[in-house]
Amino acid sequence: MSTQVKMSIQLKDETLREIEAVIPRYPQSRSALMPILHAVQADLGHIPLEAQEWVADKLGLTPIQVREVVTFYPYYREHPIGKRYIRVCRTLSCALNGAYKICDHFKREFDTDLNVISPDGRVTVEFAECLASCGTAPVAMVDDDLYENLTEEKVVEICNRIKQETPSSTQE
Amino acid sequence: MHPKERRLILQHADTPGYDTSIECYIKHGGYVEQRKAYQMKPEEICQEVLDSGVRGRGGAGFPAGMKWKFLDRRSGKPIYLICNADESEPGTFKDRQIMHKDPHQLIEGMMITAYAIQAKLAFIYIREEMPYAAKILRKAIEDARAANLLGENVLGSGYSCDIIVHRGAAAYICGEETGLIESLEGKRAYPRIKPPYFPAALGLYQCPTIVNNVETLCNVKHIVAMGGKEYAKIGTPGNTGTRIWCLSGHVRNPGYFEIECGKVTYGQLIHELGGGLRPGRKLQALIPGGSSSKVLRGDERFKGKLRDGTPYDWSIEDIPLDFDSPMTVGSMSGSGAVVVVDDSVNIVDVLANINEFYAHESCGQCTPCREGSLWMKKITRRMANGGARVEDVDLLASIGDQIAGRTICAHGEACAWPTQSFVAKFRNEFVAKANETPDERAKREFRLV
Ligand SMILES: Cc1cc2nc3c(=O)[nH]c(=O)nc-3n(C[C@H](O)[C@H](O)[C@H](O)COP(=O)(O)O)c2cc1C
Ligand code: SF4
Ligand code: FES
Repeated sequence: MSTQVKMSIQLKDETLREIEAVIPRYPQSRSALMPILHAVQADLGHIPLEAQEWVADKLGLTPIQVREVVTFYPYYREHPIGKRYIRVCRTLSCALNGAYKICDHFKREFDTDLNVISPDGRVTVEFAECLASCGTAPVAMVDDDLYENLTEEKVVEICNRIKQETPSSTQE
Repeated sequence: MHPKERRLILQHADTPGYDTSIECYIKHGGYVEQRKAYQMKPEEICQEVLDSGVRGRGGAGFPAGMKWKFLDRRSGKPIYLICNADESEPGTFKDRQIMHKDPHQLIEGMMITAYAIQAKLAFIYIREEMPYAAKILRKAIEDARAANLLGENVLGSGYSCDIIVHRGAAAYICGEETGLIESLEGKRAYPRIKPPYFPAALGLYQCPTIVNNVETLCNVKHIVAMGGKEYAKIGTPGNTGTRIWCLSGHVRNPGYFEIECGKVTYGQLIHELGGGLRPGRKLQALIPGGSSSKVLRGDERFKGKLRDGTPYDWSIEDIPLDFDSPMTVGSMSGSGAVVVVDDSVNIVDVLANINEFYAHESCGQCTPCREGSLWMKKITRRMANGGARVEDVDLLASIGDQIAGRTICAHGEACAWPTQSFVAKFRNEFVAKANETPDERAKREFRLV
């Protein structure tokens, strides 16, 4: 739009196309903010400040109008996470079925703590609130995939698969 | 399907071979009701929905036909329809089944509703954590558009309406309808104060807007199919239709069960459909309608007179599964999420788990909710971790009592009711928590916080 905010971070063409397509779909362009942030995060892995400025410019918003949204919603993040995103539900129905232990198993498998990138760079483990799958508790998501009725064995299996699929950042 | 179920909404969902394609839906009689509805006048459909008595399935149980009547049709502004697919009340997983297994039923329900209220545009606000459902719905919308079931000049009726799938970003408060609207406008999900911001008058972009839950909108299709008065014969007066109940926690066979309203009790749900508790376990507590509904004590008896004068004397097991009965016993059916808590866990720990949720999800606009939910969380977490004091029980009660009724949205009640009800009903257990030994804590099967 008016002033071109330069971005040293490069969005993929496909992301740019997606962003252009989503804006006119809404009666008011500001409504496209969340879908745009989803697209940016899917592309870059997080939403750095300069990307936020670029988005603000795109929609004719002030940077703070973008940042207040980025920081309000738990899903958006301003900093990178591990290559795979593990979210373990900790809410009641899952907790009653051992969710906290399940989370400990995930942490143990990657020798990591909650909310930080694991030492091998492969994962970030976080707690999630009720994932709307309480009938198959305990559950967790790995990126977009939901895993249900988790047991220690299943967690080990999932983690082994992640280790096979995802290269460690430490072993170059 | 359990013999005690009556499946209307989930009629096909779990049938082997039934898939999410438009062909499959049409083969099973799909989109017939939309054609029928588009031959009717919009007011006639609204009247059928009013006659059906169908109540909202998202939490408050407000009659859908009545809500539609409140729509400001004179403002000259465009009207919007929003499907609330945020499904985040702890314990609830029914909308997930519909969207993943029968997306076209929702699209058909929405297109009938949109026509009935003469919406210019419709949205599905779906929580971020259901990425596949969002994909399935987008595909369903594309296929419906190709078949002229939505988009321009739908079925040659002259009526046009599209549906936009809008994904959330993991904030529970987007389930609250005015928070949802703010979010859809590209802002933080700060709920708006009512009055004046009733969506039916001042909703999305300050235009008249109807927000309904996924399950509610699916019901509209069945109301058109059988007519409002016929539909009202399902269930009991004032509690019409079927409802999908979500059973979870300490039961052997958790899951979702679609049941004719008022025809099955909580006892039957837990023991027959849900397979009962684990061997040797007793029912300690029951959360009858999502984690914000007031807790019931396993051994409680409820006595009094129903509105029509009939006396009742119920245990938890005797309470009918409908909208009104949980209210009769001082709680609510909420989102239809039933969470069973047996005697293997400490009740303070259960509340501590719930309080973590509400403290995390407060949007932070109102001081009583923001600070209160945080204090309650900190106190119950400390109690769970060995730092309980006898006076905590009164402290908790006093905080809980200062939130409800003093906030912009019902999250205030949602975060206060658990603490208020747990403390009132399990006072002795909360006092005894001060004497809990590390040994007792270590012996428990699972940590809850
Ligand atoms: C804190 C809070 C969270 C809510 N979450 C949801 C939700 O996840 N899904 C939903 O359908 N309704 C939710 N509601 C209820 C909505 O505000 C609204 O009443 C409902 O979507 C209306 O649809 P219905 O009349 O068809 O039930 C929530 C309400 C509150 C106060
Ligand atoms: S009650 Fe809580 S969630 Fe609702 S507007 Fe106030 S602070 Fe936000
Ligand atoms: S409590 Fe874990 S999915 Fe609902």
